[in-house]
Amino acid sequence: MIQAEQLTKRFGGATAIEDVSLDVQRGEVVGFLGPNGAGKTTTLRVLAGVFPPTAGRALIDGLDVVQQPLAARRRLGYAPERAALHLEMTVVELLGFTAGMKDVRGRRARREAVGRALEHTGLASMAPRRIGTLSKGYRQRVGVALALVADPPALLLDEPTAGLDPEQAADTRRLVRQLAARHAILVSSHALAEVETTCDRVVILHRGRVLADDRPATLGQRLRPASRVDVEAEAPPDALTATLGAVPNVRRVDLLAVTNGTTRCRVEIEPGHDVRPELATRITSKHWPLLVLAPVETSLEEAFLALIAATQAPNGPPPETAEAGRESGQAGRRGLGASEERSPRSGRAPHGPPDKK
Amino acid sequence: MTKTLLLMRRELTAMCRTPLAAVLGAVFVGLTGYFFYSDVVFFVLVGGANQTSGLWRFVFLDDRLVALLVLPLLTMRLFAEERKLGTLELLFTYPVRDGELLAGKFLAAVLIYLGLLVATVLGPVLLYTLHPFALTPLLAGYLGLFLLGVAFIACGLAASVVTENQVVAAVLTYGVVVFSWFATWNEAAIGERVAPVLLQLSLFDHFYGFAQGVIDSRDVVFLLGFTALFLFLAHRALGARAWRGLASP
Repeated sequence: MIQAEQLTKRFGGATAIEDVSLDVQRGEVVGFLGPNGAGKTTTLRVLAGVFPPTAGRALIDGLDVVQQPLAARRRLGYAPERAALHLEMTVVELLGFTAGMKDVRGRRARREAVGRALEHTGLASMAPRRIGTLSKGYRQRVGVALALVADPPALLLDEPTAGLDPEQAADTRRLVRQLAARHAILVSSHALAEVETTCDRVVILHRGRVLADDRPATLGQRLRPASRVDVEAEAPPDALTATLGAVPNVRRVDLLAVTNGTTRCRVEIEPGHDVRPELATRITSKHWPLLVLAPVETSLEEAFLALIAATQAPNGPPPETAEAGRESGQAGRRGLGASEERSPRSGRAPHGPPDKK
Repeated sequence: MTKTLLLMRRELTAMCRTPLAAVLGAVFVGLTGYFFYSDVVFFVLVGGANQTSGLWRFVFLDDRLVALLVLPLLTMRLFAEERKLGTLELLFTYPVRDGELLAGKFLAAVLIYLGLLVATVLGPVLLYTLHPFALTPLLAGYLGLFLLGVAFIACGLAASVVTENQVVAAVLTYGVVVFSWFATWNEAAIGERVAPVLLQLSLFDHFYGFAQGVIDSRDVVFLLGFTALFLFLAHRALGARAWRGLASP
């Protein structure tokens, strides 16, 4: 339904995106992930027909957005990152106008289309208000409502939860899931937790190139930097780390915490090996009570960092995007730090610290 | 066509809800009213009250200045504001042609201008009730003023397409319009060979006939041609995103 075929977009000498391909089927939500400045918005704009690609093709429902712009745009709803709204109009007026612009013919059909969009986005009570008087969260929702109003099969949502409070963001994620049944949705984000919970598939973009395209779970698995196991036992810290470190295929042992005679460590293992039975045997053979032996899940966030580290490691950033890369790298890390981190014990701790090492 | 009308209606609603349109309207009506009054007084004192057609020349030459002052400020926001707000980007993703976008906004501005012109009829109507006069010179003058204003609007629309800054759009419009108006201000300065050509291209010279109550088809064609040229340029500039890309917000 939404297809990008080797899209490249250059602005003057600067390459915003290069060779980006992706495909979103109806009934599917694809998360479009990347740090700020990675080229997500440029890709979405090309797909939305705001400007044509330098090379490659963008197709909506099989229609080329450059060759058959009107037909392609009829099947498309686009919500830009910064909700672009006419502040002097009321919500109903703007939705009605947009419905008309999107070929919803007849007064009655337009009213129905507006009603549906209002209901979906929970804006019914705000309908008669001027948009200039609405809060940012509501404006963002009006932006999504504009994308929905003519019920197009393909939806492009650019960071629909940016700037929303947690409850509003959760509402928006629910809406996206709900819409997924009948639409093809490409939703961009720089918050990984959001993509993990909302999307069937994730496309990771970095410096204008696709780094990965996979299911969130398998992506985590595939890119796991190393298997890790958390071990907690009633044992002296030095003795425990020494014992665990002696097990074959263990890369390293990090001490996490020592409290009331119990020691907690994180054991990093060579990928592809399961040393849990061996760890348990060694501990119990020393008559230390074993309290916890739990594998640590790799969060998408870690996978993401690993991916980016992998692309940066060999030769440094490519010369033509070096400046943009540095900027986006910093912005990206900020964004990641603020997002949720999965901690091994509590499952999910908001604003938790990154892994202690 | 329906989309053009929808766009036009939205534009009119937007204009009527901003103080700018109200202020511009008040200034336009106020200034033209004052000019009418002072011209009538001048005419009665100096020109004698027999040939009313002579009066209209003063009135329309003055009104023309008011149109020059007000219209670039009316048109400056048409596209520049949408570009700045980002709503233009959204419009580009709707199934609507560039021509429809331009037509909707152009018609909205023309309708507002028409409304302003209708408001200025009050003075002549009052005069007519006191002292009936031949209507043709008045109508010719209004036709000229309308066509001249429409040409300004087309030029302002084109300026508004190329920038996201409304002040830049207005100043650009003033620059183009004032130049094409006063290009022949001092014929001695431009030389013998260029003068006849520039004379043909001067907005000022093509309005003068209307103000005197004469409708010359060449003048009509020129003003319409000027309008068409700038609408064409606006259309090209709007399509320029195809190779230039939009400035990111």
